[in-house]
Amino acid sequence: MATFSPPISIDVPKTGQGGGGTRPPAVGGGGDGRGDGSPDYGARLRRVRLGLAIGLTSITMIFVSLTSAYVVRRGLPTLDERTNSYVRDWIPVDLPIWLLLVNTALLMASSITVELARRQITRQAALAPVRSIPGVSLGEEKGFPWLAVTAVLGGGFLTGQWMAWRELADRGFYLATSASSSFVYLLTATHGVHLAGGILVLLYAATVSLLHRPVEARRIVVDVTAWYWHFMFLLWLYIFGLLWFMR
Amino acid sequence: MATSATIHSHAGPQGFIRKYIFSLDHKVIGLQYYFLALVAVFVGMFLSLLMRIHMVWPTAVLPLVGAIAPETYLQLLTMHGTIMVFFVLTTAPQSGFGNYFLPIQIGAPDMAFPVLNMLSFWTTFVAFVTLLAAFFVAGGAPLHGWTGYAPLSALTNSGPGEQMGADLWITSIALFCIASLMGALNFITTTLDLRAKGMTMMRLPLTVWSWFITAILGLLAFGVLLSAGILLLLDRNLGTSFYVPLVVVNGQVMGHKGGSPLLWQHLFWFFGHPEVYIAIVPGMGVASQILSTFSRKPIFGYKAMVYALMAIGFLGFMVWGHHMFMSGMSPYTAFSFSLMTMAIGVPSAIKTFNWLGTIYGGRVRFEAPMLYAVGFVSLFVSGGLSGPFLAQPVLDIPLHDTAFVVGHFHLIMGVAAIFGMFAGTYYWFPKMFGRMMNETWARIHFVITLVGTYCIFMPMHYLGMAGQPRRYSQFTELAYLQHLLPLNRFITYAAIITVLAQFIFLFNLIHSMFWGAKASDNPWESTTLEWTTATPPPHDNFGGHTPVVNHGPYEYSVPGAPRDYIMQTDPATVASH
Repeated sequence: MATFSPPISIDVPKTGQGGGGTRPPAVGGGGDGRGDGSPDYGARLRRVRLGLAIGLTSITMIFVSLTSAYVVRRGLPTLDERTNSYVRDWIPVDLPIWLLLVNTALLMASSITVELARRQITRQAALAPVRSIPGVSLGEEKGFPWLAVTAVLGGGFLTGQWMAWRELADRGFYLATSASSSFVYLLTATHGVHLAGGILVLLYAATVSLLHRPVEARRIVVDVTAWYWHFMFLLWLYIFGLLWFMR
Repeated sequence: MATSATIHSHAGPQGFIRKYIFSLDHKVIGLQYYFLALVAVFVGMFLSLLMRIHMVWPTAVLPLVGAIAPETYLQLLTMHGTIMVFFVLTTAPQSGFGNYFLPIQIGAPDMAFPVLNMLSFWTTFVAFVTLLAAFFVAGGAPLHGWTGYAPLSALTNSGPGEQMGADLWITSIALFCIASLMGALNFITTTLDLRAKGMTMMRLPLTVWSWFITAILGLLAFGVLLSAGILLLLDRNLGTSFYVPLVVVNGQVMGHKGGSPLLWQHLFWFFGHPEVYIAIVPGMGVASQILSTFSRKPIFGYKAMVYALMAIGFLGFMVWGHHMFMSGMSPYTAFSFSLMTMAIGVPSAIKTFNWLGTIYGGRVRFEAPMLYAVGFVSLFVSGGLSGPFLAQPVLDIPLHDTAFVVGHFHLIMGVAAIFGMFAGTYYWFPKMFGRMMNETWARIHFVITLVGTYCIFMPMHYLGMAGQPRRYSQFTELAYLQHLLPLNRFITYAAIITVLAQFIFLFNLIHSMFWGAKASDNPWESTTLEWTTATPPPHDNFGGHTPVVNHGPYEYSVPGAPRDYIMQTDPATVASH
């Protein structure tokens, strides 16, 4: 990968006692293709967070436009060919509310667990320079697999959404039944696709932690995934609120 | 490419595939975008030539397409518009030049996210192939125009080409949206986060400002088109009724009910109006850069230029309704859209006067880039002045579906933006390929293209006022348009000559790439960072060191300075001012 940090090379990696500066020594367990420039993890984290914020802006625009389409379509009078008069054809969808509340609880729980994963790896990254000093031992930290728990909870949410769709179909609301049901499927599916993307990144983050990449690099992946995940939770609350309160 | 780099650079990727095909280097990706747009522009131009010939000789049998049926004409029109707007006007100025020069001009070794950058290009490439594939499926290309108005676009049996062809069209647009969103994300992050030491926002070259503002427009606009396109796909293939009301097609009642075709128009134009700024704003940046360099004067009113760009971008999101005056909107709504639209005249005029102020009193060097930059200003004014006409609902209603609109938008967002690309090509060619383009051929190409485009598009305003409709396949038999036939023929002749002249450009481009005169590192005596590095730039742009910026971007003819220009990286003490 091309470098995207200014390539300031460290010529002599200092390894002796007391030789450490503020910069963490590059923890490269063998050459895995990383650049020779010292990775500035702080700058990289800031950059990826900025990229995430900008990416979330575009996702927001997608849902803003879907919302405006929802509001416009909901208030639209349509010509009824039998009575030759304008009527509203918006049928309120009979949402499986209890199932959706369970799904919301699952997603909220996953938002908490991903935050715990983020804090865990932030602490590990902060301690990495200390840990790398020879002779210093902080004791083995028992890492709880918060990422895996989050992925499972996220999968549970998606399964729950699938069940909600089946329930809707059983109640006679198919995609093309009414504009209202079209929007229910569309909004939940668009959100589901974004959440599934988040699960893929979570699995990537979990895999990366097995590959002996530096903890600082892993931290970046976990950090932005966590923020993305929180955003997806808030987005779900918004969609749920829109679909429920503007039936 | 010649490797004249003398500065030591660290090794880039080896092997043809990693280096030129799936490259992560923003310079290679920029060139990939540029050449994709070059292919696209010749395809689009060929389609327009077929249309022009058909307009005046409706029974002519043409190469590759044969005799043109009315639906074929609409297919040509749709594909011409789509290819030109998305794969030329959006691709070359922003993704092409922006990718190549934004990181160098801010002193960064690459884009913020190189892998995303590569994905963005290849998604665009797939989108282009998907679009072209529409020519070769049953029914052929779609005929709903580049604006894809529902319900024509939302039904699969509304005409030939509205089956598989229209699905491919929507898929292509959706892919293009995703690619553009990835690109916009990269551009914004890079500009905000990777500027070299000393490169404050108010020291950015106006080119970088224009790419930055364009990226913000794209970020906010393309998501809307993406969701609009998804709704359209659902309407077409899964029986929903977002856009389609109860309709009867060929005596057959369709299953849709209650949708609103206007919903599509609102969503589309909420994207579509910012899109025309996405096409033209990078050209403004290039023109500013070149006018300042070749007038040997600082840009007139740098801050005003930046704020005017921001104002244009902001107002661009407020005016989409002026494309819909015909839709029966409330006169109050139309009035507010009209006011906002005319307000765009203010920042546009600020830019124009500042360009003129930059040239005024300068020691102007009329070399090829300068000619095209001046041509850009000329076309921007000529095309822009008909904007306030069309911004009036009362004038727009008679002019709306006439050739007047065709003349207006081709001058301003078509040819002006193309002139921005030509200016950028002649200006940056030495840096990109290490050789100069042929100046004589450039001048011949410039004169024919400038005169030719004016001959094509200025008369269209008169045709429109005389009532010649747009999008009609055939009107030579209409009695009330008989007297316009000679003018239409004139336009077609001008179009043929202008299209032929583009092969001069193509020849000059390819020939100079291999056999042009060797270029020095800074042939135009320009000040921005790309001219401080080797030609062509090494893999990491600055050969292992990071530039430090001490000056603004346009310090020409500074009193007391040893030369008539101060590079942005020159020591801070080179002149006091």
